[in-house]
Amino acid sequence: MYPEDLLYTEDHEWIRVEDGVATVGITDFAQNELGDIVFVELPEEDEDFSQGDAMGVVESVKAVSDIYMPLTGTIAAINEEILDAPELVNSDPYGDGWLIKIKIADELELDALMNAEEYESTLE
Amino acid sequence: MGAGQALKKTPLYDVHKEYGARIIDFGGWLLPVQYDSIMEEHRAVRQQAGLFDVSHMGEIRIVGEEAESFVNYLITNDVTKLTDGKIAYTVMCYHDGGTIDDFLVYRIDQETYWLVVNAANIEKDFTWIQRQAEDYNVKVVNESEDFAQLALQGPRAEAILKRLTDYDLSLIRPFEFAMDVPIGQVAALISRTGYTGEDGFEIYCDSSDVEGLWRRIMEAGQEDGLMPAGLGARDTLRFEAGLCLYGHELGPDINPLEARLGFVVKLDKDDFIGKDSLVKVKAEGLSKRLVGLKVLGRGVARQGYPILNAEDQEVGYVTSGTLSPTLKQSMGLGFVPPALAKPGTQLQILVRQRKLNAEVVKTPFYKREG
Repeated sequence: MYPEDLLYTEDHEWIRVEDGVATVGITDFAQNELGDIVFVELPEEDEDFSQGDAMGVVESVKAVSDIYMPLTGTIAAINEEILDAPELVNSDPYGDGWLIKIKIADELELDALMNAEEYESTLE
Repeated sequence: MGAGQALKKTPLYDVHKEYGARIIDFGGWLLPVQYDSIMEEHRAVRQQAGLFDVSHMGEIRIVGEEAESFVNYLITNDVTKLTDGKIAYTVMCYHDGGTIDDFLVYRIDQETYWLVVNAANIEKDFTWIQRQAEDYNVKVVNESEDFAQLALQGPRAEAILKRLTDYDLSLIRPFEFAMDVPIGQVAALISRTGYTGEDGFEIYCDSSDVEGLWRRIMEAGQEDGLMPAGLGARDTLRFEAGLCLYGHELGPDINPLEARLGFVVKLDKDDFIGKDSLVKVKAEGLSKRLVGLKVLGRGVARQGYPILNAEDQEVGYVTSGTLSPTLKQSMGLGFVPPALAKPGTQLQILVRQRKLNAEVVKTPFYKREG
């Protein structure tokens, strides 16, 4: 049920790596736990962050949740579409509901991330 | 809720699980916050109907020769205006005018009143009421454990309930109730009341009967799109309807005039607890006033966020806020000085170090037609 080609964090984020750039979103588990997402706050392009920094916020009807940088790097792009249509994060978390793209600073950090099977086992 | 105290379950706990509810701890009660989606449950109540388990609510009965004068002394509204089978919304104040609780008072007869109080306040209310009752010839009984309560809310509520009873529900007008109404094998007290801004009923029955009643209502409402609805939708619905929630818009440091509940504060009736303070407040003017806020910037106002004036000075605080599912607009409720309470006043809300523009608007945000 969790895409095999992605990496995952304990904070329920997924990461797709292509050519040194990581696309980041929240997992199906996370969007389901949050419920109807009504607002997303994202960082600015070209901002630098360290792994683990709070870089944005996802708000559902009831709750506010921070989103964390899964990797150290520079924000290469943000998904402008979800600012006006945050429900995309619920309906298509691995597709149109992506959050940000990061220019990866240190590829070694990828080794510590989980694969789909490992991530799924943390949910049990 | 102190550590080590067991969380309480309503008689419908297992049924909620069966319906796929997400269960949360709500003031010591394990209750469904949502089944599928708060937005969809909200929409169902506005357009068709929703069924809520509100069995956690408390019921306190006041019986005796002096019940009427005692209840009238206890609360701010005037129960001498009620006849049998009628209901009044009221607040109960401390001597200093701060709010102990807000609730509905059911007049069963002149010597029997029934208060339906907030779950988190049951013990506090019961203790307070018992203490005030010492000089009166009345008995105060906490019946909260004996009763379960369902709220069937929405434009289709009457059509759905009609299928389950021969009783003519149109006879129950808003803020009225009927007792021993047969619904299937169950005898229930039914009132035309609610906390959603829609037409609907609150249905009280023996705790042992409520599971069957829940299932029967869900079945009867299937063709109308009836959905089970949780606390999340209950909150967004009452928020749009401009109804106060204790712990947000009401509390010991908030008097009912500040919360714009002057319509249930009858300063011209006989003495009641808090009257002197409220008369004084009225004469001297309010220090804060509840307002509706339309958030113009991008973001959501949450309880406790500071409200700033146009000059960036902190002048108040948000009590409730969310994206209004009906208006699709970020809205809030909050307290500001009366001078800033006029609709159209430009304010700011501080959201995680960001200042969002907001405008004072009229409440309720949503009013049903007709």
